[in-house]
Amino acid sequence: MQSIKLVPVLPVSIDLLRSLCAPLEAEYRLPVRVDAAHAFDSECAFDVSRGQCNSSVVLAELLRLFPGHDGKLLAITSVDLFIPVLTFVFGEAQLNDLAAVASGCRLREEFYGMASDEGLFRERVLKEAVHELGHTFGLLHCRDFNCVMHSSTSVDEVDIKGAHLCAQCAAAVPGRRL
Amino acid sequence: MADTKRQQSILIVDDEFIVRTSLSKWFAQDGYKTAAAEDAIHALKMMDAGPWDVIILDIKMPGMDGLELLKKLREIDTSAQIIMATAFASVESAVQALKDGAFDYVTKPIDPDHLSHLVSNAIRQKMLSNENTLLHQHISETAVSSEIVGESPQMARVLDLSMTVAKTDTTVMIRGESGTGKELIARTIHANSARRYFPIIPVNCGAVSESLLESELFGHERGAFTSAQYRRKGKFEMADGGTIFLDEIGTISQKMQVELLRVIEAKQFMRVGGSETVHSDFRVICATNRNLEAAIADGSFREDLYYRLNVFSISVPPLRERRVDIPQLAQFFMHKYAAVMNKNVSEITPDTMDILMRYDWPGNVRELENVIERAMVLAVSTSIRTCDMPFQTVPKKEGPADRTLNAVERVHIEEMLKQNNWNISRTAEVLAIDRVTLYNKIEKYGLKKP
Repeated sequence: MQSIKLVPVLPVSIDLLRSLCAPLEAEYRLPVRVDAAHAFDSECAFDVSRGQCNSSVVLAELLRLFPGHDGKLLAITSVDLFIPVLTFVFGEAQLNDLAAVASGCRLREEFYGMASDEGLFRERVLKEAVHELGHTFGLLHCRDFNCVMHSSTSVDEVDIKGAHLCAQCAAAVPGRRL
Repeated sequence: MADTKRQQSILIVDDEFIVRTSLSKWFAQDGYKTAAAEDAIHALKMMDAGPWDVIILDIKMPGMDGLELLKKLREIDTSAQIIMATAFASVESAVQALKDGAFDYVTKPIDPDHLSHLVSNAIRQKMLSNENTLLHQHISETAVSSEIVGESPQMARVLDLSMTVAKTDTTVMIRGESGTGKELIARTIHANSARRYFPIIPVNCGAVSESLLESELFGHERGAFTSAQYRRKGKFEMADGGTIFLDEIGTISQKMQVELLRVIEAKQFMRVGGSETVHSDFRVICATNRNLEAAIADGSFREDLYYRLNVFSISVPPLRERRVDIPQLAQFFMHKYAAVMNKNVSEITPDTMDILMRYDWPGNVRELENVIERAMVLAVSTSIRTCDMPFQTVPKKEGPADRTLNAVERVHIEEMLKQNNWNISRTAEVLAIDRVTLYNKIEKYGLKKP
């Protein structure tokens, strides 16, 4: 049976990953578990000139660790991610494929010089986790502002959108049990 | 869910593989159709697979660089929105790119929020531009002279002259009796000219008093006169980019003639009560039913203004000189008012048409329209009958005692010559024969100018 594996890309709090399991199971109606045994260091994707980690390299490492995996893989990290042409990304996913990665770095209020808000941070991480996994199920960005698949290129947009798939996006997830 | 309308497309031109693939994947998540090219040669080939809504173009590439490629791409597809991207930004290259038609210029790495909005704006701009082009085409298609009705050689000539002069910016004087459709001709000229996307501003010079005409034409400043509570634009200012149609030009005063001459020549003026010079780019079309040559002779119309206005003259013939158009015009007005009044009237009885054909129509097409409108109000059946006419009979003209074809032709030619004051060219035009033939017939029938 297909499942979703959450893989820590260090440094990251394992507790944060565990907190995502139940809401992700509820959203995708699939078993979700943390695979701490396969945790790996973000160092492998670190780009010295940018001071960030290349998200595409993280995805490549994830796929190398799970050859022939039947299910979805979501890497979670606290380091800042980028793709070479953009200044940063909240995450990256293989569209309608296996793997995705999401970063909590820019989802913390402290990143913007604000006071820490752990609740808001976890809410944002969950939204990005659902969003990136959505891409692996073939979902594109949604025009519905309340849908978690709505495109968000700033943290304000992450806060504006909802935490769940809209009815149309949910219906488009292959094999999602009602 | 992603939008279901036509999938918008983005072409990424960059020599770096990682940039091409990462941007392609990034845009694919937004539902865009994407493709990539590694250099100018491949990009030019990819244009066949277009049209592309947005092209993201790297400046620094081996071979032909992005700035040079930008010009080539603009030649192939002027509607694609091109966003220049470079890791080596310089003010010079940015300015050059924008001068050469790029939509915008960004520095790599690009802020994702900025790129997302930039692409959305570029697509919105392209859609507006396409919509604008379609609307222009629509205006051009509807600008044909659908309201000018008539198949007579005289009207064909008027239409032909109108279309010819429309393509130029020449001042036009339209002459003809009242009710012949001079304003319609003016509108046709404007609608088929390069100024058609700007307004045509009609001014009936005869309907406004001299004191008001100055304010009407040139506008006024606040407080210029007692009732001038606000600044108001004049007709010349409103016609900027378009056409001003000066109807009944023969009625304006000597003082206004001087003003008009100055404005037409300088294309600048001051509002009444103002000191600021206003510039306006307008074309002048004027119309008159007066004999301006006679007005010049008696000193009531300035000769210099006459020559300034009478650059290209079009004479609209009176309806009695193109009776062949009467049935078509009558049908046109009947259908027009049937639609307006929601009445099921679809034909004109032969007796009624006979009356319409024999009447002289001193009020020309306007009078015919009024007669048909009145008849449509009165019509109780599906056709317009003689009882619906304001005149039930028109006295038949006495024909010659001799009923031979030659005798009838002689009478008809003599009558046409009289109607046209023995102007040979105009009479020949009305009779649809050449001048030599007309001279031969005048000689043959021994006709003499009174």
